Amino acid sequence: MAEELILLKNDGNPDARALSFYKAGGGYQALEKALGMQPAEITEEVKKAGVRGRGGAGFPAGVKWTFVPKEAPKPKYLCCNADEGEPGTFKDRALMEWDPHMLLEGMAIACFAIGIHTAYIYIRGEFHWITLILEQAIAEAREANLLGPDILGKGFDLEIYVHEGAGAYICGEETALIESLEGKRGQPRLKPPFPAVVGVFGGPTVVNNVETLCCVPHIINRGADWFTSIGPERNAGPKIFPVSGHVRKPGNYELPMGTPLREIIYDVCGGIPGDRKLKAVIPGGSSTPVLSADEVDVNMDFDSLAAIGSMFGAGSIIVMDESTCMVRALTVLTRFYAHESCGQCTPCREGVPWMYDILKRIMRGAGKPEDADLLLDICSNIEGNTICPLGDAAVGPVRSFIQKFRSEFDQYIETGKSSVGDAGFDFRPAD
Amino acid sequence: MSESEQKQNDAGWSAEIDELISRLLGHYPDKMAALLPVLTAVQREKNWLSLATMDRIAECLELSPRHVYGVATFYTMYNTEPVGKWHLQLCQNLSCSLVGGVQILAHLEQKLGLRAGQTTADKRFTLTTVECLGSCGSGPVLQINDVYHENLTTEKVDEILEGLD
Repeated sequence: MAEELILLKNDGNPDARALSFYKAGGGYQALEKALGMQPAEITEEVKKAGVRGRGGAGFPAGVKWTFVPKEAPKPKYLCCNADEGEPGTFKDRALMEWDPHMLLEGMAIACFAIGIHTAYIYIRGEFHWITLILEQAIAEAREANLLGPDILGKGFDLEIYVHEGAGAYICGEETALIESLEGKRGQPRLKPPFPAVVGVFGGPTVVNNVETLCCVPHIINRGADWFTSIGPERNAGPKIFPVSGHVRKPGNYELPMGTPLREIIYDVCGGIPGDRKLKAVIPGGSSTPVLSADEVDVNMDFDSLAAIGSMFGAGSIIVMDESTCMVRALTVLTRFYAHESCGQCTPCREGVPWMYDILKRIMRGAGKPEDADLLLDICSNIEGNTICPLGDAAVGPVRSFIQKFRSEFDQYIETGKSSVGDAGFDFRPAD
Repeated sequence: MSESEQKQNDAGWSAEIDELISRLLGHYPDKMAALLPVLTAVQREKNWLSLATMDRIAECLELSPRHVYGVATFYTMYNTEPVGKWHLQLCQNLSCSLVGGVQILAHLEQKLGLRAGQTTADKRFTLTTVECLGSCGSGPVLQINDVYHENLTTEKVDEILEGLD
């Protein structure tokens, strides 16, 4: 961790929120530089940096920007996705809470590159105190002519508004976010058309994650070559890893992409309390397939995790030690997906609560011998059969937990109780 | 007071909300887009969203009441029933559960003399269990109205409750 912090350098410092502090550290120099560049040059630099979407999908941000048509009959929009809802993820809140101007600068550069004059930060409603911090930062930046009309006298206009969600995980999916921003229920849209062509209010729309946009000022300041020098090829850049669960020091850690998972758990986070044995790790947020203890010698990047059949997601690591009952852990996660299904597609709306019912039955001691296979069968009928990835997200943990910890499920079903006991956490099957 | 006057009164809100609405309308090309922020602000002022309140919001934003009810019932944060003065929302998702979230739930239930989902008879406290609040590294987390309380222990919960009037 001797490396220079790029994204989290002001983590926990309330003074850093002030515009004067941000500017003293070189803030808004990237915006000034960008306003003197050709928009296409900026996009090219971000493309060359290869920054892949930090919200979970991993799509290259620069490429996403090029999908927006140059001429469009309706205004174009940027939506910053600050919905941060994937269980295990708490990184974007840190960026917004401690370094709000870094996000605003990244958004302003992106908007200039794409030709956008109105942008929204769609933030989850529970983060209300962060909304107030962002609004304060926007007011300060506007006052200093870094936002608003004719930014720095360069003839570029941009307004940024903060828009609060109201408690729906699905709104982290970009088309659901767009529907929600329009004042509707957050039910994902069929694609195509893609948001880059028809997005919010019918205009071409780019949706980028907070952390992705926070990388942009640094790419402009230091260049794409600097960015790609951090982390492995095709997976470049600094990354915030939110680590939770059974580690001595949970929290957000900024590390190069590709840092080995074992190193993060044992060196960076101080290992497992009581030196208990590692049992399982969810590597990228609750929807990413679980890893067993013997799979943690993997590098934390998009391609390395895909190569072992899991996903990098948002890099959100949940560590579970030997005291964890995997049946209970899966029941908790499946309850979440059953609660968050938007109700639009039958396989997800019916299938996910059905999986939750089966898991509750197992936990009540009334599991049937065929239940584990039934769960896997339901997974196959949900996967790929829904408009958005929420159905697949629910399948991720169910299939991987059963495949990798099958004997624990079978034993629970056979004996009617956990082989691990209730250590770690409790769950109410009646809920 | 006639029934319709009473209804109007129940649905009323402060001048600050009116100002907020006119400011919000400037943020979007479409009135409907102001719906979520308006519901949020009105609920913050009035504690919950009654049918009369939602009807007035619908009228104000030129939306059908049906659309407003649909949105209000879709999102978890909107209360379509009254809640206590202090709304305690405790995360029960995986990361919080791994570090004692359920013990905190049992403690709160015992302390307040209710089950999750209920409101105390004096209308001071409502306890709700919720899904991930994005506080996984600092769990267990309890949201009380707009404030997060993190890294909870039962002692810390007792202290927090004592500080609420």
